[in-house]
Amino acid sequence: MAAERRKDGISSQRLSSDEIEMNFADLHPPLTHPEALVEADRCYFCYDAPCITACPTGIDIPTFIQKIRSGNLRGSAHTILQENIMGGMCARVCPTEVLCEEACVRNTHEEKPVEIGLLQRHATDAVLQNNEQLFTRAKSSGKRVAIVGGGPAGLSCAHRLAVLGHDVHVYNRDARPGGLNEYGIAAYKVVDNFAQQEVDYILSIGGIEVRNGVVLGEEIELDELRKNYDAVFLGTGLEGSNQLGIEGEELPGVINAIDYIADLRQADDKSALPVGRNVVVIGGGMTAIDIAVQSKRLGAENVHMVYRRGAEQMSASVFEQALAQTSGVVIHHWASPTRIVGKDRVSSIDFAVADSDDTLALDADVVFKAIGQNMAALDELTMQSGRIAVDDEHKTSLAGVWAGGDCVVGGEDLTVSAVQHGKIAAISIDRYVRRP
Amino acid sequence: MADLKTEFLGISSPNPFWLASAPPTDKAYNVNRAFEAGWGGAVWKTLGEDPHIVNVSGPRYSALHSNDRRVIGFNNIELITDRPLQTNLDELRQIKKDWPDRALIASVMLPMNEQSWATCLPMIEDTGVDGFELNFGCPHGMSERGMGAAVGQVPEYIQMATEWAKAAVSVPVIVKLTPNVTSILPPAKAALDGGGDAVSLINTINSIMRVDYDSLTMYPTTDGMGTHGGYCDEAVKPIALNMVAEIARTSETAGLPISGIGGISDWRDAVDFLALGASNVQVCTAAMVYGFKIIDDLVDGLSTFLDDKQLSLSELVGKAVPSVTDWQHLNLNYIEKAVIDQDLCIKCGRCHIACEDTSHQAITQTVNGERHFEVIDKECVGCNLCVSVCPVDGCISMQQLSSGTDPRTGQAITEEKLRWTAHPNNPMRKTD
Repeated sequence: MAAERRKDGISSQRLSSDEIEMNFADLHPPLTHPEALVEADRCYFCYDAPCITACPTGIDIPTFIQKIRSGNLRGSAHTILQENIMGGMCARVCPTEVLCEEACVRNTHEEKPVEIGLLQRHATDAVLQNNEQLFTRAKSSGKRVAIVGGGPAGLSCAHRLAVLGHDVHVYNRDARPGGLNEYGIAAYKVVDNFAQQEVDYILSIGGIEVRNGVVLGEEIELDELRKNYDAVFLGTGLEGSNQLGIEGEELPGVINAIDYIADLRQADDKSALPVGRNVVVIGGGMTAIDIAVQSKRLGAENVHMVYRRGAEQMSASVFEQALAQTSGVVIHHWASPTRIVGKDRVSSIDFAVADSDDTLALDADVVFKAIGQNMAALDELTMQSGRIAVDDEHKTSLAGVWAGGDCVVGGEDLTVSAVQHGKIAAISIDRYVRRP
Repeated sequence: MADLKTEFLGISSPNPFWLASAPPTDKAYNVNRAFEAGWGGAVWKTLGEDPHIVNVSGPRYSALHSNDRRVIGFNNIELITDRPLQTNLDELRQIKKDWPDRALIASVMLPMNEQSWATCLPMIEDTGVDGFELNFGCPHGMSERGMGAAVGQVPEYIQMATEWAKAAVSVPVIVKLTPNVTSILPPAKAALDGGGDAVSLINTINSIMRVDYDSLTMYPTTDGMGTHGGYCDEAVKPIALNMVAEIARTSETAGLPISGIGGISDWRDAVDFLALGASNVQVCTAAMVYGFKIIDDLVDGLSTFLDDKQLSLSELVGKAVPSVTDWQHLNLNYIEKAVIDQDLCIKCGRCHIACEDTSHQAITQTVNGERHFEVIDKECVGCNLCVSVCPVDGCISMQQLSSGTDPRTGQAITEEKLRWTAHPNNPMRKTD
């Protein structure tokens, strides 16, 4: 395949199906049960454990690990899922190195935290694979809640509301529920169609009806939802991609990274995807890393990631940056794009180097833009910094309307945060719809 | 390197590590391998009268494991040798001939009639063994037939059988004791009174390991039924050490040579037994778990330790015995407080919650709003719980308060010793 790999321009089948399969295998393979027992033994069962505080959903980590140690995997999964119904996904995609595992007291002496993420996956995988229902619904409240958005925030909110006895309708703009879990996360982090497995598990509680392909402002209106339901939760995410605003941006081959990642995640045959020989990624976040690494793993020969500031300012974690580098991605810091060059399509891109007169020019068959996302303002709601303003309970400025996930101000663009938003909102909604 | 050559009852061996009478010394093949590996001696698998006994053909052993499957405790229902006496005698004779510098001891278990002892023991002595060990310890199987622990639990029987043995042979006789008694002193005294040259202890402790969580029967079973076994390995060492020390520090039995047995896995365990009064040690389970190669660290570690301490092996024996006493003689005026080394603390909070929930509420959780674990001297009774549960070795230590007042009691600290025997709260106190 050497010739294919070096083929100029855009081409599919740069790698064989076998190579692709290997490149997109599980980034962190699951622990075997004996491995999990040994790792679980490393947990000190800290009091008021720092890892719990560091988890955005507040999972009682020492308790779930203790339950792994005693062979009580179902109890362990329940401890996880009662705080975070997407505990299985978060075990795979959470940047644990800056959350629970960073807080682990084991770091103090040996700089090797307990592998909390892998243990969480060990506990939740068994339950999800066997589809063991760990939750029961409370007696029906007769209340109905509309949720807009079938991503982590919406599904988390839906599940908690269903458990609390309410009926939920989820209006989802995509063809499948799951949001960025289904369309946005790097493929090597969620193998074997796990995102849909998890969605199926969440929905199996009952009382949640999902309507796909429904867009707020097109098929449904907020006014109408407020009239027809006892409460509304908005988990609409961010639908737009930030643009560079430079010459040549309209050229074919200049692509929003999230659109390509969505195609990649939905592709039955990854080797059929078009891949450039020279790929340039603009940005310094998780999406930038994801598209850079996946391009490399699809067979792009040269992948450059260019960020306008330094390594310390990147929102991608140190682990993610290292992953890009060991995957063969070249990272450039302190360079901002000034012009995209090309006749019929992109052929190169120019950068200005910060605090100097230097410039950088890179050949590019494809330029991926991964410089953040945005959303259109919702007229009825108070917005702040381009996102929906909410209070501590995730109430918006409009009575009876809650919001959470990436669409609210302070959203951290993390699955785990979105799940927590949905959970907090559901508890608040429950109180609201049951008010005397 | 310190010389580990040992004379126990005049029986010499290149080091004080003998293999205990058990599966590792069942036959010539194993003992040859053991001596090649460097073991100082072997107590042959217990011999009995013909016809030889039979063992179950199902599980004989089971283990208590840590989560990473390290064996911590071990249980067996194996009986004494299941081979004809003559086969064992032939092999004993050959081994002694091939390994003249190693200690070779014959363990025996016979019914409680003098004739059996008078007949069997001279036949065995004729093989050239250096001594005998009388097995009054095995708590399972054989005890149902009036042997093993059934003898060891009745001091009069111990004395009687020891006398028979001493009358039958001229080589030294070691009496192996069972720990399945309320006090080890009457059995030890009986061994001494019967003319025994030494005691060895402990044999195994009555035990059932667990149940099978599927069948809810005991585990393991033979065709669905199980029986208690004998428990050993690391988990029993503290029980053995207490019994060894009791014998060593009690005037009536002090001076009776002791061969220490019970959970010896590395050289530190051997130091424990030797310092508390044993003159040599016997090992079984650690060899069964890891093979004979562990002798390397046992010998090397003990030798290095003696060098570091500038002690000879015989000087180590009994070194710690004078530090063992009755509770009533402890100094109640002596005060220690726990001190947490903040540079080593990893802030796991284990000391706090252990003290808070189950002891004396003497360790902070936060100081000025920060997660910070510090001993509150006003509440600390010096119990050592925090030291015991702290996962970082050396992070929490106990330090003596030698002057001033104890912030907990408000009482002045004095160098004067106060024992319970003289304590004002003791209605039975002796006034000098």
